[in-house]
Amino acid sequence: MADNSSGLLDRSRTIAPAGYNRWLVPPAALAIHLAIGQAYAFSVFNKPLGSLISGDPAHPAATDWTPGQIGWTFSIAIVLLGLSAAVFGKWLERVGPRKAMLAAALCFGGGFLIGSYGIHLHNIWLLYFGYGFIGGIGLGIGYISPVSTLIKWFPDRKGVATGMAIMGFGGGAMIGSPLAANLMTHFKGSAPQGVAPTFIVMGIIYLLFMQWGVWTIRVPADDWKPAGYVPSQEHDALITTANVSADNAIKTHQFWLLWVVLLCNVTAGIGVLETASPLIQETFSDAAMGVGKGVTAAAAAGFVGLLSLFNLLGRFFWSSASDKIGRKPIYLIYFGLGVILYALIPTLGHNLQLTLFVIVACLIISMYGGGFSTAPAYLSDLFGKYQVGAIHGRLLTAWSTAGVLGPLIVHSLSEGRKAAGFTGAAAYQTVFYTMAGLLAVGFLADLAVTAVNEKYYEKGPVTPEAGGH
Amino acid sequence: MTPKPNATAPAVAEGSAGGSTALAWLYVGVPLLWGVSQTFIKALALFK
Repeated sequence: MADNSSGLLDRSRTIAPAGYNRWLVPPAALAIHLAIGQAYAFSVFNKPLGSLISGDPAHPAATDWTPGQIGWTFSIAIVLLGLSAAVFGKWLERVGPRKAMLAAALCFGGGFLIGSYGIHLHNIWLLYFGYGFIGGIGLGIGYISPVSTLIKWFPDRKGVATGMAIMGFGGGAMIGSPLAANLMTHFKGSAPQGVAPTFIVMGIIYLLFMQWGVWTIRVPADDWKPAGYVPSQEHDALITTANVSADNAIKTHQFWLLWVVLLCNVTAGIGVLETASPLIQETFSDAAMGVGKGVTAAAAAGFVGLLSLFNLLGRFFWSSASDKIGRKPIYLIYFGLGVILYALIPTLGHNLQLTLFVIVACLIISMYGGGFSTAPAYLSDLFGKYQVGAIHGRLLTAWSTAGVLGPLIVHSLSEGRKAAGFTGAAAYQTVFYTMAGLLAVGFLADLAVTAVNEKYYEKGPVTPEAGGH
Repeated sequence: MTPKPNATAPAVAEGSAGGSTALAWLYVGVPLLWGVSQTFIKALALFK
């Protein structure tokens, strides 16, 4: 993509003037992440999309879309998230965050609009192309676009800064879900299930909402440092002052160890998120707890909501804590503690310890969120800030992989156990033990992370404009 | 070419910096709080 213009979107036009308040940057990042985080609330459309013809979610027509067909929309979006983050990462580093954020807003908002037309025509391929493909590209570019900018503004608090932005992605689902539900209720009389007009309105809302981020984002001048900031003189081999390019980063074993770390963290988290509602209802049913004492569908939805809250809080809390504890140790905590907690879940279910079960699940999911938000700061420590956005983009292919792998593992294992006659927590036992095993792999991968070999360092000064091709 | 701070970019005056920052946080904070409150209300069903 050409970027030689000196227009308002150009990187050089986003360099902050002296005295600029860096605390204006996190809200700009949040404006993007709160919007694109809607993707995790896509399931709110599942039932309405599956009953566009019949008009009754309980009795879908033969020509209605099946849950499997609808589910592919989200899967395509997540795969495109990782792929586009990997492909466009270097372009983003070169052109700066403003142009990238605008591209993200156009793709994400545009994806909704194209998707709405697909829903109107009842053409699933157009929905896949709009929300899944185009919207997914918006997700990928939007996810990574503010990250390297935040790291440059907050060299003293990288974990806090990236935690704030990536927390927004968790928060986006909390906004997107009730917003969609309210809009579908409002439009129910004018279109089947009110979904197509809801897509149009949400596309426009998100396109406009993201503009705040596009037009307020600023990058610091190359020689800028926070007032009074003195880089720590304490030697830490895992925090480099050098820079590694994105192309060189993927040649290092450190990058691939972190890829495995993220893959294990996300796959295991999906194990909880995918099973949360059926697991708690089937484990703590009326049959197990006594008539009227079991977990209802509404309470299970409340449990899922609680997990979302802890996912959000964990993104900020754990990432901020990593500024004090260190990135490698905090991932060892995520995985070490995670192994124990995942292995405990079936036992707590078997013993009908509902309160402890909920606490453990919330703790697990907070660390899952923390794993996401600590990753960019870890990358910055290991590879420097030069192309950290592009490196982060490439790392996110692990997320895409987990997005496909996680549900496959969960469904094949739990369905197999159910077919063998197991019920309640026992039906999910192998899921959680497998996820605990995955976390053990993640623990070992994190333990093996060492400083990057100097041969991969960039020689001489680096400039963002030279960053990509 | 190393980019230089843009002289034509609107400078944020010291006096208005606090107001701009507060406005920026309100812009993202209000919808986030709304979403969190909606989720929290839903989560209360678990404790009934």
